[in-house]
Amino acid sequence: MSADAAPVSAATPDASAGKLSRRLAIALGPIIVSLALAGCVLLAVGVNPLAYYGFVVERGLLSPLGLQQTLTRMAPLLFIAAGLIVAFRAGMWNLGGDGQFLLGAVAAAASAPLLVQTLPGWLALLLAFLIATVVAMVWSLVPALLRAYQGINEIITTLMMSFLGVSLANVLVKLAFLDPSTTVPQTRTLAVSDRLPRLFETTITSGLIFGLVAIVVVHLVMTRTAFGLKLRTVGANPRAAIHAGLNVPVLTIAVFAISAGLIGMGGAIDIIGIQGNVRADWNPAYGLAVIPVVFLARMNGFAAIGFVFLLSVLSIGGESAARRLGVPQHFTLVLISIVLITLAVAEYMGHRLNQARKV
Amino acid sequence: MEQTQAGPAIVSLEGVTKRFPGIVANDRVDLDIRAGEVHVLLGENGAGKSTLISMLSGLQQPDDGRILIDGVEMPIRSPSHALSLGIGTVFQHNMLVPTLTVAENLALGGRWWQRPRIAELTARVAEIARPLGIDINLGARVSELSLGEQQQVEIVRALLRDSRLLILDEATSMLTPKGIAELGALMRRLVERGLAVVFITHKLGEAADFGDRVSVLKLGRKVGEITSERLRMLERAALVDEIVAMMFGRQAGADEISIPPRAANDDALLEVRELSMAETSDAPGLDRISFAIGHGEILGIAGIDGNGQKQLAEALAGQRPTDSGSVMLAGQALDGLDVGGRRKRGLRYLTDDRLGEGTVGTFPVSINYFLKQIGEPPLWRSGMERTREIDARAIELTRRYDVRTPGISTPVGRLSGGNIQKVLIARELADGARAVIFNKPTYGLDLANTLATRQRVRDIAGQGLAVLLISTDLEELLSMCHRIAVISQGRLVGIVSNGDRAGERVGRLMIGLAA
Repeated sequence: MSADAAPVSAATPDASAGKLSRRLAIALGPIIVSLALAGCVLLAVGVNPLAYYGFVVERGLLSPLGLQQTLTRMAPLLFIAAGLIVAFRAGMWNLGGDGQFLLGAVAAAASAPLLVQTLPGWLALLLAFLIATVVAMVWSLVPALLRAYQGINEIITTLMMSFLGVSLANVLVKLAFLDPSTTVPQTRTLAVSDRLPRLFETTITSGLIFGLVAIVVVHLVMTRTAFGLKLRTVGANPRAAIHAGLNVPVLTIAVFAISAGLIGMGGAIDIIGIQGNVRADWNPAYGLAVIPVVFLARMNGFAAIGFVFLLSVLSIGGESAARRLGVPQHFTLVLISIVLITLAVAEYMGHRLNQARKV
Repeated sequence: MEQTQAGPAIVSLEGVTKRFPGIVANDRVDLDIRAGEVHVLLGENGAGKSTLISMLSGLQQPDDGRILIDGVEMPIRSPSHALSLGIGTVFQHNMLVPTLTVAENLALGGRWWQRPRIAELTARVAEIARPLGIDINLGARVSELSLGEQQQVEIVRALLRDSRLLILDEATSMLTPKGIAELGALMRRLVERGLAVVFITHKLGEAADFGDRVSVLKLGRKVGEITSERLRMLERAALVDEIVAMMFGRQAGADEISIPPRAANDDALLEVRELSMAETSDAPGLDRISFAIGHGEILGIAGIDGNGQKQLAEALAGQRPTDSGSVMLAGQALDGLDVGGRRKRGLRYLTDDRLGEGTVGTFPVSINYFLKQIGEPPLWRSGMERTREIDARAIELTRRYDVRTPGISTPVGRLSGGNIQKVLIARELADGARAVIFNKPTYGLDLANTLATRQRVRDIAGQGLAVLLISTDLEELLSMCHRIAVISQGRLVGIVSNGDRAGERVGRLMIGLAA
């Protein structure tokens, strides 16, 4: 889980090829093992695992409509992953993604339908997007200040703020931004024609492009710029950061703001690009689902794109499979957590192997 | 060949060899450890002392050779096996649980289904500790004890398990001079009671003062042994010379007193006036500290560790806020400037905590050179990292400061202590240093690196920079400082010019007498 991308010193081509294949084995081996393990779980509940996996691949990846849905699903997830990468690389465990995401979504859902009535479409969407970002940033201020100036563990505060944020988002939908014209409790709906344009002749939202840009920019900022290096220094050794004269409290607040802001943007993209409104009690819990993905990608932005794609395939395919085979939709999360555990075990065994070779 | 008073060998090593990839950590080492003797294992960092200990305490197995216990071959399979054979080890780093009391820590090895028998324990501890002159408060929390007291607890713990052989690994590295003397006396009482003690150190003086027998390790090989008869015959100075000859293959006196000459220009380059800071629950404060350092002058700060040295250094560097007072560098006030601002004006601080705060262990060597100038041109341009410039500069610094590293992209945490220190020196001295604060610059380094670092400090002063040298090693201060100030409980209790009887006068100040 080392957060730095230190290039390895020059190795012979032979050794580096061996290293690559070893890395591939380390990355793919656990995934195959976990598919087998999850298959056993499926067998235990009386579902043919091959049918389930076949269905997931078919609906999430191979069918044109399913693939388009998968790519659309990626848009908000990429923003969340970008936000988590910033925080995790800086050593701050922002687990409040769900609250930040939903508040961003509600802010966008509340503002966008009103703004389009008076402003040109693109400006209205941009404003709604920014409002959502600022709302999520403000929501992260409490944990940020507590961590920066009181040293209070942000894992606890962000999680608690997340529960509050989810509830507050719900209250806002039901009380403040309720659409009076429907009986279902939900916000006003942004007309399909006013939402973000779709890509070409497909149903894929252009939000996907924004998401890809966001995560690539985040990756480059974290690895190539002075600001990113400062954040990584704070994450890797806070005392060294103080010794080097970095303003750790200010950097801490910046990290929370950027992280929550990006996650809030994810909420906004989901609304102005895909959903159009927020229904009461809607909580897709993307924030928690993306956390393991970011770990699997070792906080590398490019790897995260791949894993977010995988998560989308699993969740879109899993939703269809849930309807057809009666496997609960949350089985996707079971699968991902099994992957994480096997990965951790693989890492531990690799470490032991290295140790044994050294000794 | 046989010994006069010391008993038979409890543990013998015969031709023990241990290999790690690329190095032979121990190469055919023979060692006899006898009851009633303090056997000093002396060697520089990396000489193979720790590997030898890990084999004696059952953590590792030798590749070749054999270990005999009471004359019978007996592989030591595991740490618990070592304990059952009567081999107790007190490791360099504390192995007590800080949140538990002393009694609870001592009871930790007990059977898990039984309540700890504290009353029985108390009686046994009293029985063991009293004759040794150890006074242990069983009810105290370990976190409230000083490092010396914690070490005594660990020794008692080893004795509670009926150890016949006590191994003390770098036991003095965390202790005050007084604590070291006490430990020496304690070892003496232990061997008088018939135990064997193995005392590992890289300090020559301790070997000469405490040892009944000294074995010198160098690059994994035992290069010499001084028997107890010879030890008693030799004068201390002659003994140290002989050990140095064994360790380094050269004569002593390499680090004789050498105070860099300086021009008779007494303008103060670094001037500190009435610097004060309130004390906190875990750190002493500073009480109206004032001093001035001229061009090319080395001012030493002597004192027992933990009397405000670190607070003083951090206050000067801008890492720690002060309540009042001022710091002037070349006539300019530094008050109100942060770490970066003070660094730019030429004030540099070389921390004693090289891995804890000096470097980021997982970052490459190259980035660690520039940790204090992230974002500054020419290595960064408008916030973007310029890898080629950074690498070129890092290669230059690596060469100029003789940093031994596999490459500039090697994580700095993989280097040895001496080389990490060189990285820090390179970082602090580069580009416009005017005054440098060294906090315990040779702490934990082996002799070769210690001498090189001391020479580096002299060279810096020779170039006309002001040097503040904080050290707990009085010999080190006497060997190069122009003046030595003594700090005690956050207050400078006096400043002594180096020269005749300076050591004695500093010593008197340190224990609270007038110079």
